[in-house]
Amino acid sequence: MQGGDILSFINVRDKVVQIKIVYYGPGRCGKTTNLEYINRTYKKQIVSEMVSLKTHGDRTLFFDFLPFDMGKIKGYDIKIQLYTVPGQVKYNATRKLVLRGVDGIVFVADAMEKQREKNIYSLNQLHENLQSYNESIFKIPLVMQYNKIDLKEHGIPILPISVLQKDLNSRLKVPFFEASAITGYNVAATLKKIIFSSVISIQKKLL
Amino acid sequence: MNYGIVSQDQLEKIEAILEEKLVKLGVDCVIVIDMAGNTITARGKGISKYDVYSFAALAAGNFATVDAMAKIIGEQEFSLLFHKGETSSIHFSKINDELLLISLFGRDISLGFLRLNVVEAIDQIRALWA
Ligand SMILES: Nc1nc2c(ncn2[C@@H]2O[C@H](COP(=O)(O)OP(=O)(O)OP(=O)(O)O)[C@@H](O)[C@H]2O)c(=O)[nH]1
Ligand SMILES: [Mg+2]
Repeated sequence: MQGGDILSFINVRDKVVQIKIVYYGPGRCGKTTNLEYINRTYKKQIVSEMVSLKTHGDRTLFFDFLPFDMGKIKGYDIKIQLYTVPGQVKYNATRKLVLRGVDGIVFVADAMEKQREKNIYSLNQLHENLQSYNESIFKIPLVMQYNKIDLKEHGIPILPISVLQKDLNSRLKVPFFEASAITGYNVAATLKKIIFSSVISIQKKLL
Repeated sequence: MNYGIVSQDQLEKIEAILEEKLVKLGVDCVIVIDMAGNTITARGKGISKYDVYSFAALAAGNFATVDAMAKIIGEQEFSLLFHKGETSSIHFSKINDELLLISLFGRDISLGFLRLNVVEAIDQIRALWA
């Protein structure tokens, strides 16, 4: 069976849908920080501890995992499984493994000017990695997050949104958010958007 | 086979097989997961003790890692995946390209005996999609 046919797991008897959402992006762009913020802010909806497989220097080695309870939609209990990939260039083999069976992706771009090329490289590689599962970056639910915009106030050069949009979203044309994972700005908005898109896409596949 | 949706009927049959072949044998817990890390079902008295969702995510990652290592050295797959602990052990077995069966069991069950029952359970589960 090819990846393109994979649906999130739906248990019809117990009325449970598990949806896998992956935060993807270059090294140090703030994927883990997104999950940490969600973990702190939505304690009530989180059934268990966040799992982080990381190096001593706090870089993601394999993935972070955070299960998140959405409550019910049309009688179905929606269980969101949030993952991050390791962003460092050398970890592409493990990045690919984490993408298996993904239902929705948040692409976290680092808005710092000096990270411009790295964002583009990472997005291109996401495209290739999805192809290896017969998935298409143009079809899968996807949301762009332009992270670290708080750095602007500290005088650190930040890419204008127009440039980020042109570099990363001119063909994809997916929803996008400016964000600051460290302060939490638009972290929830990003999450809600990707959950919404993923649920819609799964409903379409089911009908 | 469209494993993405398991019908009520299939799920109940899978659970009956797991109860008959593994829970009765005395395994602490048996979990069926998919390669994306989703939990299909979990049976046995251990399931209330453990965080099954995190366990499934880690188990899928562990299996995928070992599988990728096998490919690098030119092996199709490593057929036996087994982690032995002081009081509990974990046994992994592939049901098909999308599903894994994981058994957690204590010292009172021998690996050989467990493997026999796992093989039988998997044959029966595969037959559900045949
Ligand atoms: N100023 C600022 N710093 C941030 C923001 N988000 C993340 N950081 C910092 O950036 C560094 C890397 O963040 P992580 O969340 O670990 O990055 P990651 O994408 O998980 O990195 P990898 O695991 O290596 O792929 C940390 O020091 C964070 O505190 C943000 O919105 N603003
Ligand atoms: Mg990380």
